[in-house]
Amino acid sequence: MHIPDGFLSTLMAVILWVVSAISVAYALRRVDKDLGERQVPLMGVLAAAIFAGQMLNFSVTGGTSGHLLGAALATILLGPWAAIIVLTSVVSIQALIFQDGGLLALGANLFNMAVIGVTVSYFVYTSLHKLARGKSWGVFAGGFAAAWLSIVVASLAAALELALSGTSPANIAVPAMGGIHMLIGLGEGLITVGALAFLYAARGDLLRSGGAAPKGGAAVWIFGLGIAALLAVLSPLASAHPDGLEWVAAQKGFLETARSPLYNLIPDYTFPGISNTALATILAGIIGMLLVFGVALGVAYMRRNKKA
Amino acid sequence: MHIHFLDPYQPRTSPIHALDARIKFVLTVAFILTVSLTPVAAWPVYILLLALILSVEILSGLGSGYVLKRALLALPFVLAALPVIFTLKGTSLFTIPLGSWTLTASLEGLERFIGVALKSWISLQAAIVLASSTPFPELLQAMRAVGIPRLLVGMFGLMWRYLFVLVDEALRLMRARAARSGQSAEAGKRCGGSVAWRARVTGGMAGNLFLRAFERSDRIYVAMLSRGYDGEVRSLPLLPLTSRGWLALAAGLFLLLLLLLFGILFWG
Repeated sequence: MHIPDGFLSTLMAVILWVVSAISVAYALRRVDKDLGERQVPLMGVLAAAIFAGQMLNFSVTGGTSGHLLGAALATILLGPWAAIIVLTSVVSIQALIFQDGGLLALGANLFNMAVIGVTVSYFVYTSLHKLARGKSWGVFAGGFAAAWLSIVVASLAAALELALSGTSPANIAVPAMGGIHMLIGLGEGLITVGALAFLYAARGDLLRSGGAAPKGGAAVWIFGLGIAALLAVLSPLASAHPDGLEWVAAQKGFLETARSPLYNLIPDYTFPGISNTALATILAGIIGMLLVFGVALGVAYMRRNKKA
Repeated sequence: MHIHFLDPYQPRTSPIHALDARIKFVLTVAFILTVSLTPVAAWPVYILLLALILSVEILSGLGSGYVLKRALLALPFVLAALPVIFTLKGTSLFTIPLGSWTLTASLEGLERFIGVALKSWISLQAAIVLASSTPFPELLQAMRAVGIPRLLVGMFGLMWRYLFVLVDEALRLMRARAARSGQSAEAGKRCGGSVAWRARVTGGMAGNLFLRAFERSDRIYVAMLSRGYDGEVRSLPLLPLTSRGWLALAAGLFLLLLLLLFGILFWG
């Protein structure tokens, strides 16, 4: 998901640089207030840990392997502000030293992985955690869902950025990136749950009390919800771009015969019984958004119940 | 300086290595920006930019072979731009019949694709030269000089300091797992549990690593406190650039501006 240089239009890269710089500067101020002088050693070492943690892999099948990316884990353990800083350090060092992602494209990569990845994780995890009312399944279900959705939403954002830059047509980039990352997200979710299970047993205080965690406030929660909802609507709209309609149909026919197992995971881009692709994808987007709002309403309801 | 297989720095004695890190940092970013802004069809400008970065590679003593080999890393991403050959409308070049439908490649699409691939390849080489010819502590100074917040630079520095320690720790975890896992002599035969089980074990390792890092950061913090740390990241003041440094910076920026104008005026 690390976009190299040359793939984004200059305008897109610069705009996302500005957005990321503002977000990181604000997060830095919040972390400064919360942690004070402890922050430099804590953030620095944990960023190194996330980087090293990405080396831990497991074989999936036929030579492919899955590994941790860590946005959700960092958010759950550290809270959103510190997680943004930790991931900013990780993504920046990857670009600067290991050329994993470009320097001009770093703004976009920071936006996708640090800002979107963290806020979406925060929104999903806190929602499910609150729904579970302190029961342990909230930690694990929340962790899995946060890890999966943060990867998928970040990849949709990357696909849209590529499409808006004219580098990759939206009707191919969005389903392809989204589909692949729906699979990668499963691995991420499973590893995150494994890590949370270990930490729950070894240092339950970190998770149970809400310990290091999450004082992000409503603003981050709403931002995460907004991003998830926006991309759920935008990506199907973009991928059903009128110019590409025949292409989508052709592409689907082709891919189904060529590599059906991979593609079987995303047949949901068309709803059965609805022949118009654009309509069907928009419907899918709306239903996705309704689901998200359902979770939001559920949480609001729970909160009110608690107060009463 | 810790020598680790991950550290990309290659010590050499060359004018590129000797150049002030701040100048290299600014020129690399300017170079990548120039590549990004160059219009798609300005092929002569791309050739000049490629010649420029290749000569810097040779001048730096790294050799173009080393840089080109590392530049292959980003190759898989080029696939993302491949479909654009067939979706951009324009003069049709050739068609590939595939069953009941055909792919039509357009000249404009092919140009766009080659442009994207070239841009990313040239930019990548510049980033590799920067990382391979500059020790990280000097890069940190360069980041401070261009106004990246001191706190963030301080964290980058600490992250770098402990990166290798924790990577070694992760490798030890993996070695321990490998030592305790059986492997079938028969190729392709799966051992151990399901994929989900394997993922959970790996997750346990990640949690373990995280916890160790957490506790290590506590110890580091206490060690820093006992040495007088008060929350301020202090470092030596930056030396002013020499006049030769300014000259190199100005000449580099001027050359890049010239190339960019050349591209925009003739092909923009």
